[in-house]
Amino acid sequence: MRHLSTKATCNSHGQDSSYFLGWEEYEKNSYDKVQNPKGIIQMGLAENQLSFDLLESWLEKNPEPAGFKRDGKSIFRELALFQDYHGLPAFKKALVEFMAEIRGNRVSFDPNHMVLTAGATSANETLMFCLAEPGEAFLLPTPYYPGFDRDLKWRTGVEIVPIHCTSSNDFQITETALEAAYYEAQQCNLRVKGVLVTNPSNPLGTTLSRSELNLLISFITTKGIHLISDEIYSGTVFSSPGFVSVMEVLKDRNCDKSEVWDRVHIVYSLSKDLGLPGFRVGAIYSNDDMVVAAATKMSSFGLVSSQTQYLLSALLSDKKFTKNYISENQKRLKNRQNMLVMGLKRAGISCLKSNAGLFCWVNMRHLLRSDTFEAEMELWKKIVYDVRLNISPGSSCHCTEPGWFRVCFANMTEETLDLAIKRLKDFVVEHTANGHSKSNNSSKKSKRKLLPKWVLRLRDRDHEPDER
Amino acid sequence: MALNKNQQLLSKIATNDRHGENSPYFDGWKAYDKNPYHPIDNREGVIQMGLAENQLCFDLIQKWIRGNPKASICTAEGVHEFKNIAIFQDYHGFKEFRQAVANFMGKARGGRVTFDPDRIVMSGGATGANETVMFCLANPGDAFLVPSPCYPAFDRDCGWRTGVQLIPVNCDSSNNFLITKAALEAAYERAQQDNINVKGLILANPSNPLGTVLDRDTLRSLVSFINEKKIHLVSDEIYAASVFSTPSFVSVSEIIEEMECDRDLIHIVYSLSKDMGLPGFRIGIVYSYNDAVVNCGRKMSSFGLVSSQTQHLLASMLSDDEFVDNFLKENSERLAKRHSLFTKGLEKVGITCLKSNAGLFVWMDLRRLLKEQTLESEMTLWRVIINEVKLNVSPGSSFHCSEPGWFRVCFANMDDVTVEVALERIRVFVEKQQVKSKRKFQSNLKLSFTSRRYDESVMSPHMMSPRSPLVRART
Repeated sequence: MRHLSTKATCNSHGQDSSYFLGWEEYEKNSYDKVQNPKGIIQMGLAENQLSFDLLESWLEKNPEPAGFKRDGKSIFRELALFQDYHGLPAFKKALVEFMAEIRGNRVSFDPNHMVLTAGATSANETLMFCLAEPGEAFLLPTPYYPGFDRDLKWRTGVEIVPIHCTSSNDFQITETALEAAYYEAQQCNLRVKGVLVTNPSNPLGTTLSRSELNLLISFITTKGIHLISDEIYSGTVFSSPGFVSVMEVLKDRNCDKSEVWDRVHIVYSLSKDLGLPGFRVGAIYSNDDMVVAAATKMSSFGLVSSQTQYLLSALLSDKKFTKNYISENQKRLKNRQNMLVMGLKRAGISCLKSNAGLFCWVNMRHLLRSDTFEAEMELWKKIVYDVRLNISPGSSCHCTEPGWFRVCFANMTEETLDLAIKRLKDFVVEHTANGHSKSNNSSKKSKRKLLPKWVLRLRDRDHEPDER
Repeated sequence: MALNKNQQLLSKIATNDRHGENSPYFDGWKAYDKNPYHPIDNREGVIQMGLAENQLCFDLIQKWIRGNPKASICTAEGVHEFKNIAIFQDYHGFKEFRQAVANFMGKARGGRVTFDPDRIVMSGGATGANETVMFCLANPGDAFLVPSPCYPAFDRDCGWRTGVQLIPVNCDSSNNFLITKAALEAAYERAQQDNINVKGLILANPSNPLGTVLDRDTLRSLVSFINEKKIHLVSDEIYAASVFSTPSFVSVSEIIEEMECDRDLIHIVYSLSKDMGLPGFRIGIVYSYNDAVVNCGRKMSSFGLVSSQTQHLLASMLSDDEFVDNFLKENSERLAKRHSLFTKGLEKVGITCLKSNAGLFVWMDLRRLLKEQTLESEMTLWRVIINEVKLNVSPGSSFHCSEPGWFRVCFANMDDVTVEVALERIRVFVEKQQVKSKRKFQSNLKLSFTSRRYDESVMSPHMMSPRSPLVRART
């Protein structure tokens, strides 16, 4: 161990956090309808599994990209040799057009300003390497994607300073919070290089409002810093208000020739919108030529496989397919989200009102023993081990308020989601009845403890028959 | 010079030169891009001999792909796997993929060693693998020794974002460019005196640009050196299966089986870009005997995982023993034939190369064509070769070679006819030179470089130029 780097021996990769521990438990005891019906249901994985049939049917109709062919001729050799870090031009063109389509063609993108990377993981890290020195900082609104601790900080040495958002205003970013974060950074002697937001938000599942976007642009203009907008979930917006990209707001403010234009960068990926995380397709989009140039060179460390670029360039160039996919995918996500929201409601659990993403931001504050993170952890462990649902506790997302959980809904069948909801409902009933939550005072608790569980269960008229 | 606003807004890494692409050596690539050779459309164009690609065995791979539609997730036979593969982003990689790669690596070493699939860690090509290994082993400011001449992009891969410095250990023709323990000791001592913390030794075996394999004795002395000093050994074995004649390849993995060694210090970097000719698929491997490095490297592989689509294809291909055995044999034979064709052709015109048995290039000796044994003369000669002979070859200085006059010339990225054209051009050139040397050497070329130090910022032929012909020709 003494021979290795500091990076290898620290834990900034963040994998010791609860976010990943839940996964480990799931790995040990995974739910399977037939093989392991009592296993843990994975609800901590933000995957989109709802629209594979659309992709599969496209593949069936389009055999050429599969066989490394174009117009009947084999292009295997060209693809096998193609390692140009500028990327396959046809792919970049198709990708920027896809991005524009998702934004209702209200903005357009130039393929020459796009850099391909091995997933958004690599895109975010690369931007840090380009924009900040070790020890400098980026401001991020909380709660945020747990993987950012690894992606933005680990090998780059960059620090994250949180912009605290709370449920008092549905976790929206406020000017006060921005200024407070900036000030906090300065107090810690950290030079702030920019703000990074995820829009739509992970874990909130909400899109940033125009006023928030305007606020951000004004803020970075005043401070002379960067803004990174990770728009990885842009294609998963399924209801109003629609998606507004930071580029649209810049355009509306006539910023395209101004200085701030060069300091706004977008990160994208096909892992969520198309449900293809295995293919490692990420992108950085920047208006700044120097950022594009530097990021392009760095992309050598994580280029997208030419085999994959070629397949996807064919897929995304099929406009009929993309139009249908985008709308159908959104419909299915909407239905699925609604299923979860309604199911939770029946269990007396509310969620933050959301219009995007592959998850809900669920409010279980009323189930906490106390308004603390210890209580949140306690509740979380019960949900993982007893209820057997792997969901993500808000603390793993750096939420400042205990009691919030991110629950994914698009990575399983409807049947499994139903089961998960039932399990949660049963748990809530029992949990409330047993006086574990704050809402039941301790006086009730001692009496309840004396009654056997089966008696309590009889009170629940909605009690489902035991699983087979 | 005051930093412009952009430079202040961007990091030092983003604005410095350690990516190595601003060197004058770009001229060779520019010449090629402006005027690429084509056997029909542009017979007077520049022939690309600066690109170490293996284009000799695509037919074998294509045949296999055609015969194995299940290996593709897009064919009717394979599409049922599409979903499972499309969602697979586990940084452990597919077990079948790791097993297949371990199998291939073992076969490339004649079955003399076996590799543990659980030590196979993915990366974004060998480029990503080398960087990842450095992130795991060294802190910013630490150093690695590297025998020179060496692959030019080591500086970028090992040092650009990691902050690690590379200290060249010069080898020269006096002993056929062998690495000696004495040279290593001297370099190590100097570094100690300069207060530089040496964390290890990195080398490529088979060597780029030499095309030679390390002999057993040298390997043993390297392993004992690093053990003694308690520093790491990173062996980039990217050309392991591109060995085409004797002596056979000896991997560090074999050496540690036969001598005392702290295995925590031994790491191998591999890739399928050279041996299989698949640089576009970005298949890089970190193989470490150190558990902590495997663990850390695996977490870091998130930054450069191999596309699951590609993993799936290669898992299938490389577990086909019949295919692999035949491929390794054919590849070796075709490289041998091409190497022989080229070197014999050079000999006919009195040009010798370092005796080599591996790689996709030869290390050509043009010292006698230099006006003076200086770097400047080498550059002059190089510009003549590009502009008059119309061959893009790589000058030795771009590989940090301390002896002027050597050039790396690639031979596996073209067909036989083009090789003949290249040889003919060389023949003509050499004959002209012999006539010229009788008179005063005149050059009407502009010398556009300055006397910069060439041990930094060198261009790598290993990197594709921003103006790759593949981009233009096949959009």
